[in-house]
Amino acid sequence: MSGDILVRARDLSIEFVSPDATVQAVNGVDFDLAEKEALCILGESGSGKSVTLRSLLRLNPPKKTVMSGSLSVCGEDMLTISDAKLNSLRGRLVSMIFQEPMTALDPVFTIGRQIAETIIRHEGISRGEADRRALDLLELVQIPSAKRRLAAYPHELSGGLRQRAMIAIALSCRPKLLLADEPTTALDATVQIQVLLLLHKLQQELGMGIIFVTHDLGVAGEIADRIAVMYAGRFVEEGPVRDVMRQPMHPYTRGLLGATVHAGMRGKRLTTIPGAPPDLSDLPPGCAFAPRCSEATRSCTADVPALHKLGPERGARCVLVEDAA
Amino acid sequence: MLLYIVRRVAYAIPIALLVSLVCFMLVHIAPGDPIDSIVPPDTPKEAVEQVRREYGLDKPLPVQFAVWLSHVVQGDLGRSIASRRPIAGDLMLASGKTFVLAVTAATIGFSLGVALGSLAAFFQGTWIDRLCVGFAVAGVSVPHYWLGMVMVIIFSVLLAALPAMGAGPSDWVWDWVHIRFLILPAITLSVIPAGLITRTVRGTVIEILNQDFITTLRGKGIRRSGLLLHVVKNAAPTVLAVMGLQFGYLMGGSILVESVFSWPGTGMMLNNAIFRRDIPVIQGATLVLAMFFVLLNLIVDLVQTAIDPRMRRT
Amino acid sequence: MSVISSQEGRLSGRNPPPVVVSPGYWKGVVRRVSRDRVTLICGAILLVMLLIILFAPLLAPFDPLQGSTGRRLKPVGWQGHLLGTDELGRDMLSRLMYGGRYSWFLGIAPVVVAFLIGGGLGITAGFAGGKVNMLIMRATDVFYAFPSVLLAVAISGALGPGIFNAILALTLVFIPPMIRVSESVTTSVRNLDYVEAARATGAGSRRLVRVHVLPNVLGPIFVYATTLVSVSMILASGLSFLGLGVKPPEAEWGLMLNTLRTAIYTQPLLATLPGVCIFTTSVCFNLLSDGLRSAMDVRA
Repeated sequence: MSGDILVRARDLSIEFVSPDATVQAVNGVDFDLAEKEALCILGESGSGKSVTLRSLLRLNPPKKTVMSGSLSVCGEDMLTISDAKLNSLRGRLVSMIFQEPMTALDPVFTIGRQIAETIIRHEGISRGEADRRALDLLELVQIPSAKRRLAAYPHELSGGLRQRAMIAIALSCRPKLLLADEPTTALDATVQIQVLLLLHKLQQELGMGIIFVTHDLGVAGEIADRIAVMYAGRFVEEGPVRDVMRQPMHPYTRGLLGATVHAGMRGKRLTTIPGAPPDLSDLPPGCAFAPRCSEATRSCTADVPALHKLGPERGARCVLVEDAA
Repeated sequence: MLLYIVRRVAYAIPIALLVSLVCFMLVHIAPGDPIDSIVPPDTPKEAVEQVRREYGLDKPLPVQFAVWLSHVVQGDLGRSIASRRPIAGDLMLASGKTFVLAVTAATIGFSLGVALGSLAAFFQGTWIDRLCVGFAVAGVSVPHYWLGMVMVIIFSVLLAALPAMGAGPSDWVWDWVHIRFLILPAITLSVIPAGLITRTVRGTVIEILNQDFITTLRGKGIRRSGLLLHVVKNAAPTVLAVMGLQFGYLMGGSILVESVFSWPGTGMMLNNAIFRRDIPVIQGATLVLAMFFVLLNLIVDLVQTAIDPRMRRT
Repeated sequence: MSVISSQEGRLSGRNPPPVVVSPGYWKGVVRRVSRDRVTLICGAILLVMLLIILFAPLLAPFDPLQGSTGRRLKPVGWQGHLLGTDELGRDMLSRLMYGGRYSWFLGIAPVVVAFLIGGGLGITAGFAGGKVNMLIMRATDVFYAFPSVLLAVAISGALGPGIFNAILALTLVFIPPMIRVSESVTTSVRNLDYVEAARATGAGSRRLVRVHVLPNVLGPIFVYATTLVSVSMILASGLSFLGLGVKPPEAEWGLMLNTLRTAIYTQPLLATLPGVCIFTTSVCFNLLSDGLRSAMDVRA
């Protein structure tokens, strides 16, 4: 951990309100991110990880979303920030890449245009200058024959190249913080690794902070300094990546690790977590994982377990951990 | 791209042929001997036989079709039973008048539709949206011949402000003397496209606003004004295509409005022909309007392909 | 009129994802409709209208065809004629009641016939694919090359006036769009994974169609057909307005509008009444089908 704090979230909660139901997507999350640090938020679909990530740029649907707690990004209070300030923050200091590059890119504009657009928006330079910068960026993200690809439309590129173009757009104004929402999930396995390594390299070279959302433990181990495991809108375990992978404290994390194929598992049986994640519009009063947990006791269903600190950066929300310590 | 143009044009040719076949058959689905619908009832027998030979009606149907088609290609659509005048000339004049009416109605309807449709989409779920959608439903549900009568009652009978019938003295000129005649029929005719384009634009824009790339753009810090460019460029192919077809419908479907306002266009001509059972005129007018529509369809497809990179494969 | 081709999304180049009918689907549809006030009101209005025209012989205060030169174009409320009399002295209210029978019949019958024929052909084309599909769809293209109003007018103009001819002409107009919609829906359902899976397990064609394809395509096709009713009503009355379709002295809303045109100077309110009926019916049918579409979650 070094340098200034880029992100500070305290008791961050996010609800989606609609006439039918109120969905509590995120329920009190605390975390910090320092400059140049890589945090990975790990969780199943519907755990609130993408919602958390999007809230850092306030990209959740504005009319339905209710945020509470406190959240500051690059020194701005995101709960009260003005639209003008928000727009100047987005894409310049903080940018984001998405899961599905096919739909996340505008199909009727060329790649070059979509990169240049961002630069012109934030730096007010000329079109020609912006186009030159766009070419540099495509080379930076290692797109072969970059010049030709500037004039290509998204559907003319392969999935891997599209995601690289997406990264180029995100990096176009040299952001201090990059948010990545499952950037490799939609890609072929071999391409996944390439994109991942590229992201890692660029993060090191450009000195960005990065928050990475994934459901893939392998991806998390590859790129992150720290991991936060999310379940039903709460961080159930967090800590440095090695510690969490080697010594998972929360039964859910153990379950995730047991359900994943990785080296050193040869001969062992894969395990599965029974059941399904809870309905976020109707959360149980206690630990949300209790109904699926093989080690649950009566006290689990009474209250939400407190975060038990195991070290400066290490903690877990489980009554068992508390007992053990 | 070039290949696509060639293929698309090549595809239009058999369509055009089959369309003319349908028009040709109109004479033959009419009850009775087709010759009766070509010559006036009081024609002497020898003359009837001569016309029969002239039109090749004594030959089998495929030959007849070929003969008829060769006449049509040379611009000969036959003669009207009622007036004995060549149909092609009258049709040219009438088409000009219908064109004036259709262009005006399209301009009014399309601008209104785009404005209301975008308003509705950007204010989705508010009372503005409901108002625009209400207008759109009314627009596509209104029997426009009735609306025409209501307009006449209000503006011609009660207010005596605008003329109820005709297209003004002699040839069409874009001056106030003539435009006064155009206002009521054009507004009446514009209501359906206005409603329809409102619906189309609203649906398309909402669909675009819900797409992932809009989130990407917001995430890049693009302002609302900047988003507009993306929305327009994405919506344009669909909306333009619907507009193109709508224009065709206005040209070919103005018969009801033209007969309400006695606007001397192709619709009026068709109406009179139906009244007099002047089948060759029905046939000729239908053929010309349908051919125009085929051509328009072709142009719409080509333009759409040209402006939408997603369709520019091959 | 021109409404027909706009609603199939063929221009957008995207096929909407098909709705898969799962258990409880219809319960959900009923629940959504029962919450939709606009749809319920429209349905109620249409139901009342339907009852009135069905029971016109019992409800009509006068004979719709019996006129008298002595009481021509009398205003609303004149001597027991609640809505006045028409240009031949016939009772307007009675004529509107009886007229609705023709207008509704002429509006709905072509859509029903087109639903059966066009739907059948479209499902066949979509399910069979290959050459059969080519043949049916290319033939459809030809009829698409005519603006719908023009096609209806030209066909019934050539055939001459008459109810049967009008229905025939309108049916011919509605078959092509029915084919296109059913073909596109069927194709997208056919390509769904679970249909592929059923095929892979050796289910025969007949079984595939009955168990997997039909339940999922009929809903969207039906919804599309309901959107055509409103158009069909306007077109049918339009044909009668032009002197095609229903012949005088019968009562039909479009025909009544036409014969009352001379009355716009003396009894303007009266002259527009049949149009109000057409408009109301058409709006209600339109909103009803919109409501159905969103309740059934069909994107068309």
